Amino acid sequence: MIDFLNSVIVLLNFIIIPGITYGSQLAIGALGVTFVYAILRFANFAHGEIMSFGAMITILFTWFFQSQNIGLGILPTALIALPIGIVATIILCIISDKFVFQYYRYQKSVPVVLAMVSIGVMFVINAIIRIIIGTETIKFSDGQKFIMKAKQFKVMTGLNEGLALKSSQVITILITIALLTFTFWFLQKTKTGKSMRAFSDNEDLALLSGINPDRVVFITWVIVGVLACVAGTLYGLDKSYKPIIYLNLVLPIFASAIVGGIGSPFGAVVGGYVIAFSEIMVTYAYKKFFVYILPSSLEPSGLVQLLSTDYKFAVSFSILVIVLLIRPSGIFKGRVL
Amino acid sequence: MMKFERYEWVAITIMVSLFIFVGFIQGWSVSLVILNMCIISAIMTMGVNISWGYAGVINFGVMGFLAMGGLAAVIVSYPPITESWKAGGTGIGVSFILLVILVTAVMYINKAVTEKRNRYIFNTIVIIFGILVIRHFYLNATESIEDVNPAIAGFLGGLGLPIIFSWIVGGFFAASVAFIIGKVALGLRSDYLAIVTLGISEIVVSVLKHEEWLSRGVKNVIGLKRPVPYEINLQNTDWFINLITYLNSSKLNNIVDVSDRQQVLNNLIIDGSGIFVKLSYAVLFLIVMFIIFYFANKAQLSPWGRMMRAIRDNETAANAMGKDIVKQHLIIFVIGAAIVGVAGAMLVTLDGLFTPSGYRPLRFTFIIWIMVIVGGSGNNLGAIFGGFVIWFSWIEAAPLTTFIINQLTVGLEPTNAFKLHLLDSVPYFRYLFMGLILLLILRYRPKGIIPEKVRHS
Repeated sequence: MIDFLNSVIVLLNFIIIPGITYGSQLAIGALGVTFVYAILRFANFAHGEIMSFGAMITILFTWFFQSQNIGLGILPTALIALPIGIVATIILCIISDKFVFQYYRYQKSVPVVLAMVSIGVMFVINAIIRIIIGTETIKFSDGQKFIMKAKQFKVMTGLNEGLALKSSQVITILITIALLTFTFWFLQKTKTGKSMRAFSDNEDLALLSGINPDRVVFITWVIVGVLACVAGTLYGLDKSYKPIIYLNLVLPIFASAIVGGIGSPFGAVVGGYVIAFSEIMVTYAYKKFFVYILPSSLEPSGLVQLLSTDYKFAVSFSILVIVLLIRPSGIFKGRVL
Repeated sequence: MMKFERYEWVAITIMVSLFIFVGFIQGWSVSLVILNMCIISAIMTMGVNISWGYAGVINFGVMGFLAMGGLAAVIVSYPPITESWKAGGTGIGVSFILLVILVTAVMYINKAVTEKRNRYIFNTIVIIFGILVIRHFYLNATESIEDVNPAIAGFLGGLGLPIIFSWIVGGFFAASVAFIIGKVALGLRSDYLAIVTLGISEIVVSVLKHEEWLSRGVKNVIGLKRPVPYEINLQNTDWFINLITYLNSSKLNNIVDVSDRQQVLNNLIIDGSGIFVKLSYAVLFLIVMFIIFYFANKAQLSPWGRMMRAIRDNETAANAMGKDIVKQHLIIFVIGAAIVGVAGAMLVTLDGLFTPSGYRPLRFTFIIWIMVIVGGSGNNLGAIFGGFVIWFSWIEAAPLTTFIINQLTVGLEPTNAFKLHLLDSVPYFRYLFMGLILLLILRYRPKGIIPEKVRHS
């Protein structure tokens, strides 16, 4: 019995909690990509850099608040700076739409051209970020780092295995729940949300029934700004901020959005968790788990690892390719909000 | 023979004069270094342009194909390491044969089992079982290979042939990877295809990074043999010394003192040998570029090229006319990737080293795409022009930015924090330039600087 509990704790500590945290970050990111795809109808390669920009503004204001000795005690200071980061990210999104994307929307350009345009935007934002904050790795989480340390847990329960719970993980999960609830409530219950869904379902019909497209696009960018900034900041808070990482993060985010069914918000969230869990589960060495769960005669000699951790990113793509081959529209039929 | 329009002559003149300008301002050595990379970039751009410009097949996997070309350069030219082969050669061979058996088995199942659900179940079982068996042989073999003298070897080495053969082999390597990708992914909508190819190129690079037995991984392969003479050998060769003396005879004759004269001559020889080596590279690369340019143009003007344009402009109509779109897309994707692979092998040849961790999508995929868009998709001269102009501005952006920042902040003190910060971030301004160039071109000249010629019959 004790062995069984130990093995469950091992799974919780090394797979489930990191999986949920990383999955939440991917889910919010993928939700942003999906919004752009459903309303503006293109794959936004700049999304990673928008996330990075939001995180950067949050970091700058975190530093400012820290220098003024304003803090939240045990919570990270970044949480006060986050709203300012969100506002800045929304402004960035609106500016990039006004000066860049709007023109192509009015021209009714094909999606590929818009994807190219978003690559241009990606380069520009990338440059701005690097010019402002450089390329160094930045740790900006302060306050109490752990809610429960592995040792505390061991003493508390008397088990062999510890269960560590970082405060950044809990914050990520709580914020994700709040944000997702709000987004889905907004889409399903409010008039604006319904008009957005109508617009994404059938643009011509939506226009005929008097929905203002510019307003829908504006609201979309506001939502995308919020989602991107929160996702970027949470990722930075959890793993430490590094401008180069966000370009690599675009790929798993796209994978999540497509796996879930691009254009479907619920699919994006599910896709985020699918990608996160498969990345972690395929590359985790299960030796410890089997040591507890199996009788000692059957104990495994190797690490019992399907793939080495070097191939973390490759896993998400393999899943992407498999899903596209078997079910091209994703797990949940996409294309509509 | 093809004829150039007037604006195309203008473009060519601009390219040539840029290099002469840099040659006079920053020295011929710098100019030639930029030129060599420009030629390689132009070849990559032509590769992408063939699939995107001719047929509208998007290829965001440039980085992966370049890396495959680089791998070819290592495998062809590095001398074989016999101990590694002894240690793990059989293991690798066995796992390769098993892999072939596995693939055949899966293909057989796909053919023989008709019911969809059964097919999935059988495939899953066979693949998982096969991978477990292969892993057993494979891991043992790779471990023993990587243990052989890890400081300088630790991988299988290559064939020890002249590196110039790798340019062709690199094309084949990239083509075979492209064939697999194309089989899997072509037929997806264009934006999906972009993401999938981008992802697969990441997988290719991460395989090269972590399979140390094959490519030495992040430990890099250095000291690949050159196809051109080494500077140090040139400096001791009689004909080269005579050549330099002859070229600078008027300057040397003015110096009376013998030891002074020898000193000047030695400096000239050292400078000259560097320039000579770069010039030989440039000549080799130019030959490859012109061959590819010639055939690419030939193909574009041929009935095949016309069919490609028809497929690009209206897939449904082309399909109704009986053209096999899937097959043609695959063909053109593979050809484009092969040319990129050639460029990848040339890149490693020029550097003389293979660094898998150096392949980043920003530098090796997106910049190439900017070259294609800026140059003019569907026009080979445009592709070359795009490669030259963008690489040139990529390199010259840093000195230009430094100059501009210094001019703008001339009123500030040299220790001003803002000024120092700006000067520190000079290397990042090139991304800004690239993004702005791309956005401006897409807005005001969406067909590129040298657009595709519309041909009416």
